[in-house]
This record gives sequence, structure tokens and C-alpha cells, in this order.
Amino acid sequence: MIPAGSLLHAVALHKAYGRTPALDGADFSLHPGEVVAVMGPSGSGKSTLLHCLAGIIAPDSGTVRYGDRELTAMSDAERSALRRADFGFVFQFGQLVPELTALENVALPLRLNGTRRRDAERQAREWLERLEVDTVADRRPGEVSGGQGQRVAVARALAGRPRVVFADEPTGALDSLNGERVMSLLTDAARDTRAAVVLVTHEARVAAYSDREVVVRDGIAREGVAAV
Amino acid sequence: MSIGHTLLGLLESGPRHGYDLKRAFDEHFGHDRPLHYGQVYSTMSRLLKNGLVEVDAVEAGAGPERKRYAITDAGVTDVAQWLARAEKPEPYLQSTLYTKVVLALMTRRDAAELLDTQRTEHLRLMRGLTERKRTGDLADQLICDHALFHLEADLRWLELTAARLDKLAEAVRA
Amino acid sequence: MSAHEERAANQGSGPDPGRASWARDLAMGLRFAVGGGREGWIRTALTAVGVGLGVVLLLGAASIPHILESRQARGDARVAVNGDRPVKRSSATLRYADAGTSFHGDPVRGALLRPDGPDAPAPPGVHELPHHGEMVVSPALKELLASPEGTLLRERLRFKAVGTIAEPGLAGPGELAYYAVSDRLAGEDGSFRIAGFGSRIPPRELPPTLLVLIIVACVVLLMPVALFIATAVRFGGERRDRRLAALRLIGADRRTVRRTAAGEALFGAVCGLLLGTVLFLAVRQGIGSVTVWDVNAFPGDVTPSPALAALVAVAVPLCAVGVTLVALRGVVIEPLGVVRSGAGRRRRVWWRLPLPVAGIALLLANGQVGTGGGTVDPYLIAGGAVLVLLGAVTLLPWAVEAVVGRFRGGPVPWQLATRRLQLSSGPAARAVSGITVAVAGAIALQLFFSAIQGDFMKVTGQDPHRAQQDVTLPSHDVATIREMVARFRTTKGVRGVIATIESTASRPGPVRRGEDFPPSTQVTVGDCASLGELAHTGPCKDGDVFVVKDSTGMVDTGYLFKTARPGARVLLNQDIRTGKPDGAPRTWTVPRTARVVGSRKDPSGQTAFGIFATPGALDTAALADPRARAMVRTDPAVADAAEYVRNTAARIDPLMDVRTLQNLERDKQFGSVRTGLLVASTATLALIAAGMLVTTLEQLRERRRLLSVLVAFGTRRATLGWSVLWQTAVPVALGLALALAAGAGLGLALLRTAGKDIFDWSVIWPMVGGGAGLVAVVTLLSLPPLWRLMRPDGLRTE
Repeated sequence: MIPAGSLLHAVALHKAYGRTPALDGADFSLHPGEVVAVMGPSGSGKSTLLHCLAGIIAPDSGTVRYGDRELTAMSDAERSALRRADFGFVFQFGQLVPELTALENVALPLRLNGTRRRDAERQAREWLERLEVDTVADRRPGEVSGGQGQRVAVARALAGRPRVVFADEPTGALDSLNGERVMSLLTDAARDTRAAVVLVTHEARVAAYSDREVVVRDGIAREGVAAV
Repeated sequence: MSIGHTLLGLLESGPRHGYDLKRAFDEHFGHDRPLHYGQVYSTMSRLLKNGLVEVDAVEAGAGPERKRYAITDAGVTDVAQWLARAEKPEPYLQSTLYTKVVLALMTRRDAAELLDTQRTEHLRLMRGLTERKRTGDLADQLICDHALFHLEADLRWLELTAARLDKLAEAVRA
Repeated sequence: MSAHEERAANQGSGPDPGRASWARDLAMGLRFAVGGGREGWIRTALTAVGVGLGVVLLLGAASIPHILESRQARGDARVAVNGDRPVKRSSATLRYADAGTSFHGDPVRGALLRPDGPDAPAPPGVHELPHHGEMVVSPALKELLASPEGTLLRERLRFKAVGTIAEPGLAGPGELAYYAVSDRLAGEDGSFRIAGFGSRIPPRELPPTLLVLIIVACVVLLMPVALFIATAVRFGGERRDRRLAALRLIGADRRTVRRTAAGEALFGAVCGLLLGTVLFLAVRQGIGSVTVWDVNAFPGDVTPSPALAALVAVAVPLCAVGVTLVALRGVVIEPLGVVRSGAGRRRRVWWRLPLPVAGIALLLANGQVGTGGGTVDPYLIAGGAVLVLLGAVTLLPWAVEAVVGRFRGGPVPWQLATRRLQLSSGPAARAVSGITVAVAGAIALQLFFSAIQGDFMKVTGQDPHRAQQDVTLPSHDVATIREMVARFRTTKGVRGVIATIESTASRPGPVRRGEDFPPSTQVTVGDCASLGELAHTGPCKDGDVFVVKDSTGMVDTGYLFKTARPGARVLLNQDIRTGKPDGAPRTWTVPRTARVVGSRKDPSGQTAFGIFATPGALDTAALADPRARAMVRTDPAVADAAEYVRNTAARIDPLMDVRTLQNLERDKQFGSVRTGLLVASTATLALIAAGMLVTTLEQLRERRRLLSVLVAFGTRRATLGWSVLWQTAVPVALGLALALAAGAGLGLALLRTAGKDIFDWSVIWPMVGGGAGLVAVVTLLSLPPLWRLMRPDGLRTE
């Protein structure tokens, strides 16, 4: 049933908000280290799929397996622990804690995982360097540009060395130049650390950074036809 | 693209031999299609005839004679005029894809599948261009971006069409 | 409103463009408040409820003078005056005797009446005097008598209740009172004749120390209310600012925007004022059922004084506008967003510090007053207290910023909390300022209290461990006295009765040289157990006699020995007026075996001396004009023992006085001030808690998306919960520290004014604890909404 070597595998996900169905039998599978773009028109259920895959919300029915564990059977606390340890997140906006500096923001997931502050901040600094935003390490999110802020967010998503990075429209609030830069930094870093990426986007140019795409339409996910 | 104007523009920074011109052109603009030497030669003859360039010097050597071309004042004016003139935008009114979609609908084939196939194909090309952009220099990036934006425009049209297939079907079957 | 607005707009180019644009912008603000959609309504409603609650308290405070006046007036109207001149009996007079008792700790006001004729006056609130054996009762007493709890009291008041006392005859609706009519009232039982009820007792002027206390209490209690109203006006301010930014985008200038904000605040405040008035009227209807420490009032009593009510009506909206304008001072509303200029500027201490210093100076400038005299300048005291407390409030934001700015590192929740405070400590400081004032004020008052309560608390010298009830028996007949004592002894719950019969003994014979009258001494007859409570008798058996020396030093032993001396002969029936025996002289000889011993304070705190005899040595029948006292020791295991004793007393004689022995007696006026303070500070703290809760929830709602992101990361609930706690606790801790300093400063200055220098620092801790408890409650109450906001819904953008 589960494709061999699959890291994250979802079958027949259903999720409705009130009477509006967001997912209507979506399937999905992700292999280690691959970058998959989830595309589709707005309102098609892309974000809901991502939230279900990441264990942020529980689907109404269907299963999500991560490795040999079933997310849909885990408690809220267990899923939280899993997200802390194995997943990283980038959102479109409003994700950095406004009162923490960029460095502290990047160190946050590490610290939530129990890393000591000094170590966490040392690693965070390395990630900021890698994403070319070490110059804003001591500034707060309100004092950096959108592109810098998003790179800080990418650094934060990767700092915990996750096995899967979930990126929900990570370039949605950026101009194309900054968006491209963020995407190439994100995918380069993910490939270097062998992290898989689930990339929700409606922009083809952003999706072009992926290895393959999945299209969600009317709550159903389809693999790209004749995928390479 | 006007090769004549491009070569004239390259000459404005100083006189060059025909072979230098080809090399400079290839380096900046000929990523996909390098210029044939014959093309350079014929273009330069036309420009000479129109008085836009002049032969600055002729080197006699062991091989074929090598002319060094220089731009004339008329040539400089011509380049300036060309650069200042807006390019006529492509109207894109002839679209094979549109024709295919309408035909598929008229013959009651699956138009959505057609579009999905096309998207995959577009994305495959875009992935290649993106990869080239990542490894290439600034010129590569700009050229690839140009192509990517056009492809993206196609895809946007595709999505829009996919969202309106039902209405389109009604229209063409009416 | 729209017509008004149009007119205002048309006047834009008229003779008074300033006023017209003011009107136009205010009207625009009103429209925002009303038509701002759901958010606009929520904001207006929050402000209105907040202001409304504050207004209820303010109107309540404004009603206090009337409550006190009307209570006083009704109290005066029902007084029965026992004048210097006897009232002549006529058909329009009656005999009156006080027959008050107490039941389960509650005082029961009561009187026995005996009309002399058909025209005898009825007390206020009584339509018609009842007949013999009947009584009229207050509604509260009627209810109590009808209830199972009132069984024991029913046994005591063995009159038939035939009517109720109406409002004019009662201090408050909860008062227990009765008037009973008895034909048995006569001249010798403590009753007196009156021609009518009521007196014009000039109101006792409050002692200056108490006046200081009341002034400061008002300041302390009303300042947090004012602060709360100011906070309520700022509810939802950040959203409002964003809406105003949209207004700038369509071309409004900064001044217009400010006026619009003022209009919005004005609307909220006026709504609050109306809501508060309605709430006040509603609360007032139910006020009768609320009795707080003996004080309750009729709805009609709770009427704000017109001047104070007008002040509230004018000051609240004005304050709302003022607060809004001041709050907008540090905010620049640009078309594309809101810039808080205050964030970059550090707060300065130089203009804040002089406030409390000036306040202390004002207080000290008043000079000293004592309980006996000195003048209190209310303006100096109130002004000084206001300045000190205002100083604490203004110092607080600076202190929070200065202290929080030094925090580095720490665990994640701590870091989140402190960093947030570093970025903007203003809202936190504002939320806490109410607590700071309340606690500072309460500490000051408590310090003042503990130091001056000695002036208002009398140590009675009574010892409630040895006996609990003190009864004076209204009989001079030894046989009756014995019978009464026997009845007390057999009363349920009574463990023992210390009963004595007292009389006087004097030296027989004529007055000698150097004497104004023949020396005399007290004779006390009682059993060994009773005498042992009054003197250090040592071993005692019936038939013993003791000569008891006065140990208080009031009476010289030499004088005492002139009569009370072993072997001396004494006269038992001397007439005090003539110094001669009343009838045939009855003499008795103190036995030579009588031991001389020291006296002992009896349980009621009195000291007796003279001749102590057991019944076997001296026949009480020989005593002239004997008086009897009984002190009753009850069984603590019998809950209603005191009530049984009172019932026994009432059965013997309704006019018998039963006093409960206690070692401290609190001055009534002082007690009521303290009571009022407790009531009001409880209400104030509850109000502040409500305000803090709203502020905290608002903060959380603003951060809804961020919370969802943090949840996506896998952040533990506990982590965020702790960060909320720290975020509240840090400013509160600082606020409490500041409150301690300000409270101690204010308290010490007040104490100096009162000429005291003893302070009881232990009074501080309950205040600090109360403040801390408040934080805990607010944090706990904000946790469920936090959990709710931590759901991933905030991530949904589609």
C-alpha cells in the first residue's frame, strides 16, 4: 500500500470546515529529500492539505503516515512533539515573533526542543549566515525588509535540521526577485540537509523550484500527469 | 531581433574585426544560437553600403584579409534611434493551445486532461530553465527569467481556462 | 445626527470654521463608533461596559453622603430622650424602656412601651401602638422569627407580632427591631416617660485622625476607578488606530483624525454613562438585600448628591476625550499605517519623581493632629495623597521599562515575556497601575490603621476565658436573687455561674474628727468558687471570711482596715444620706480567723475589695439593699449557649441586661470606616481584575496568527501559558514593589501627621498577597481563551 521509501504518505484525506469541504479524498506521498510543489487555485484546499500532512490539524477521515508512525492516531501532544523534532515551517507572513531578534527567532525551535541557549544561538547564527541575513541578526522583525524577514523564517525552519519543511506560500508576500532568492536559498539548503520540502504555492515560477508537482483541485490532489 | 542594430551597437565602443564582433555577440546574446560568420559578413556589407560603418583598417596577413570596422556618425544616430524606439509588443493572438482546447471540447474529449498535460510540460521546461538560472551567470538568469515569465503567463492562462472550461464548453457547443 | 453633521459641514467656510470642523469630526467619530461594523460595536460595547462599571462605583460613592444623612435622620427621629426633667404624665405620654438584645451576634433593637393614654405617641414607622403583650417588628425580624433559625429568639420575645415597622422607623431594611407594649413597666425598672420620639442631637464631629482616614480612603478607592475608566476608554485602541489610518488614506488630516478618535471615545463614554446609570438604578433596587457588615440601606437612601452626580456626568466624557487625545500623542497615524513614536523614546524619570515628593511634602505641611485636636486641611491631605499615588502611577511605566530593559536570556517563556515587555511595556504598565494605586493606598491606610487603632480600640480588661456573659440581676431581694441564680445554673449550655450579692458595711458609731462620713467598705457574699474568681482566697470552705486588700492601689489598706479588719464590728444597714442606721442597727463582727488576702480582677475586668464572706459566715438576709451580679460561664461545645442564657434572662425579666464579655471593644465610628474601606476596596479590586482581563484577552487576540504559527512549530501550551503568566507577573511584581514604596511613604507621612511613630509592617503582606492573587486569577481566567486561540484556525488565509 505505502510506496516504498515514502517518508510521508496520506490516503483519502477528508476535511470540512462547517459544511464547506476543503479536502475531499486527497492522496499524497513524499519521499525523503524531494521537493514537492502543491499547486492549485485559491480555495482548492492546498493549505488544508499541508496542515493535515504536518499534523497541525486532524483530518475528518483518512490517514497520514510519517515513516512508520500514524499521525492521525497520535495525540495532540505527540504531534506537537513530532513537529518540534522533525518538521520545519515557513508561512507567508506574520510568523516571526515580533519582540524577539532575528537570531532569537531562529534559535526558538532549537530552544523549544531543549537545546541550551548558547548552543541554539550559535547554530542560529550559522543559519543566518547561510541565508545571507547575518547582518540583521540583532534586529527585530519589524526592522528588517520583507525579503530578509522571510529568509530569517527559512533559517528558522531549517535550524532544527528537520526531515520535512512545510512551506505555505513562502514567497507570497515578496516581490519576484526576493521571492526567487528565498526559493533558491530554501531549496539549496533543503537539498544540502536532505530535508524534504512540501511547498504550497499558486505561482508556477515558485513551483519550478520543485522536483515534481501535485495539483489540488476541488479538494482532490493529483500527481502531475506524465511526471518526469 | 535586429542583428544589424546589435552589431552596430557593439561597434560603438570601438572598432573591431568581424571575428571579434561575432565573439562579442555570441558572448552576450547568442546563448542558444551562435552567429554564423557569414551572417556577420553579409550584415557588415549592408551596413557599409548604407554608410553606417566604415572600414577602419585592413590587415593583410597569412590568412584571409581582415577588415576592421568602425561606426560612422550616421551609424551612431541609427543605434540611438533604434534604442529609443519602443518594440512592438507581441499580440499573442494566435494560440495553438487555444485551438486544441476548443477542438477537444467540440469533439467531447477531455480538455482538462489536455491542460494538465500541458502544465506538466510547461513546468518541466520551467524546471530546466530554473536549474540553468541557478547555475548560470547574471546574463543566464535574465534570459531564463524572460522565458520563465512568458511560460508563467501561459500557465496562468491555463489555470484561468481550466477554471472556465464548463462555460467555454457551453459556448463552443452552442 | 446626519443633519447635524451636514450643517456642521456646510459651516466649514462660515464664521467659525474651527468649531464647525470639530463638530464634523466628532460626528464622524460617533458614526465610526456606531457604524464601524462588528469590531466597532465590540469596541464601543467594551468601553461602555468598562465605563459603566466605573460609573456605578462613582455614583455609589456619590450616594454615600445621602445614605449616611438619611440613616442619621431616621436614627434621630426614633430616639427616646430621657431628659433631665421628668415628663408629666398625660394621655399623650408613654413609658419607654430599652429592651435591646442580640441574636447570633446581630444586634436586635428593641423597646418596651406602656402608653399612658389613648393619645400616646407611636414611634416612627409604627402606625398604631399595639396592645399589651403584642409587638410590631421590622420586616427582617419578622422573617427571622418565622424561620427555623429564629426559634430561640421567638422564645425570648414572647410577644405576639401584630404589625411591621415601616421604612421611616428603620435604619436599613435589614435591621432587626421591635417595639413591644407591656403594662408591667413601672418607675423602678429603668423605664422613663416621654411625650414623643426624636431628638436633634448635633452630629458628633469626626475626630481629625478619622477625617484624614476618610479623605485618604476616598482618594485611594476612587483613583483606581478613574484609572479603570481611562483604561476602558483605550480598549481596542490598536484596531481603532488602523481604522483611522484608513481615514487618512482618503484625505483626512492628523487633526481631523484625532477629533474623530475623540468623537468615538466620547460616544463610548456617554454610552457607558447611560449604561452605568441604568446599572446603578438596577443595583439600587436590590441594595436592600445586601448587608455588608451591619450596614445596609433602602433604595431611596442610595441617591447620589446632585452636585457629585453632575460632576460624574461631566467629568467622565471629558476624561474619555482627554485620555484619547493623550494616548494619541505618542502615535502618528499615517495613511499607510500607524507609527508609535513612543517606542523609540526612552521614558524619563525627571518629571515623574517630583510628584510623590511634592505629595509627601504637602502631607507633612499639614502639621500634626492628634485624636483630641489639631486641624485637618482636607485639601492638603487629599492633594498630598493624590500626588503620592499619582507619582506611583507615573513612575510605574518608567520603572517597568528601566527594569525590564535589563533582562537578558532565561528560559523560552521568560524570554518571550520579557522581550515583549521590552518592546512595549506601556499597556502592561497601564493595566497594572490600578493595582499599584489600590495596593499603595491600602498599605498606607493599613499602616495608618494599625497605628491609630489603639485610639479607637479599648482594652476592656475583660477575660472571656473565665466567663462569657455578665448579668446584672434586677432584684434586691435575696430570695429572688438566689432563685434567679439557680435558673441560670440550670440553663442549657451553662457550666457555671459566678454569683455574688453585694452590699455595704460601715463602722458603727458617730463620725470622728477629721472624717466627713463614717468609713465604709464593700461586703461581698458568695460561695467559695465565686469568691475565688474575685480574690486570691487560697483554700476556702463554707463559713470562711476574707479581708481583701485592693491591689490596684486605689484604696489605701489603712482606710480599708478601719472597717474590714479581722475582729472588727461593722454596721450593715447604714443610711448613706444620714450616716445613721436605717432602723434598728444590724451589726456583724468580722471573725478573728478572717484571712487578709489580695484582690483579683474578675472576668468582667473589675476589682472588688473589702469583706468577702461565704453564706455560712454571713446571712445575706441581714444585708441592706443587696445588689446581685452573675457572670455566666458557658460551654463552648454548646453553640447557642449565649442565646439560652439570654432567653433565661428574658424569662426572668425582659429588661434584664446581658452583656457579652470581650477583651477588646472597637469604637463604632472607627469600625464603620474600616468596614466601608473593606467593601469598597473589594469592589475596586474586582473592577481592576476585570479591566486587566480584557486587556490581556485583547493582546492575545491581536496575536492570534502568531500563536497559531507557534503551535504549528510544536510549541507546548505550557510554554505559552508561562509566558503569559510572566508577562503579567513581571509588571505586577514591579507594580507591587512600587506600591510598597509609595504605600509605606504615604502611610508614614500620614502617621507623622497623626503624631504616631509605631508601624506594624505585617499589615503589608495581605495587600501584596491580594495583588498577587489578582494576577493569578487574571492569568488563570485568560488561559482558556489562550488555549482556544492556540488552535490552528489562525493559520487559515484561504
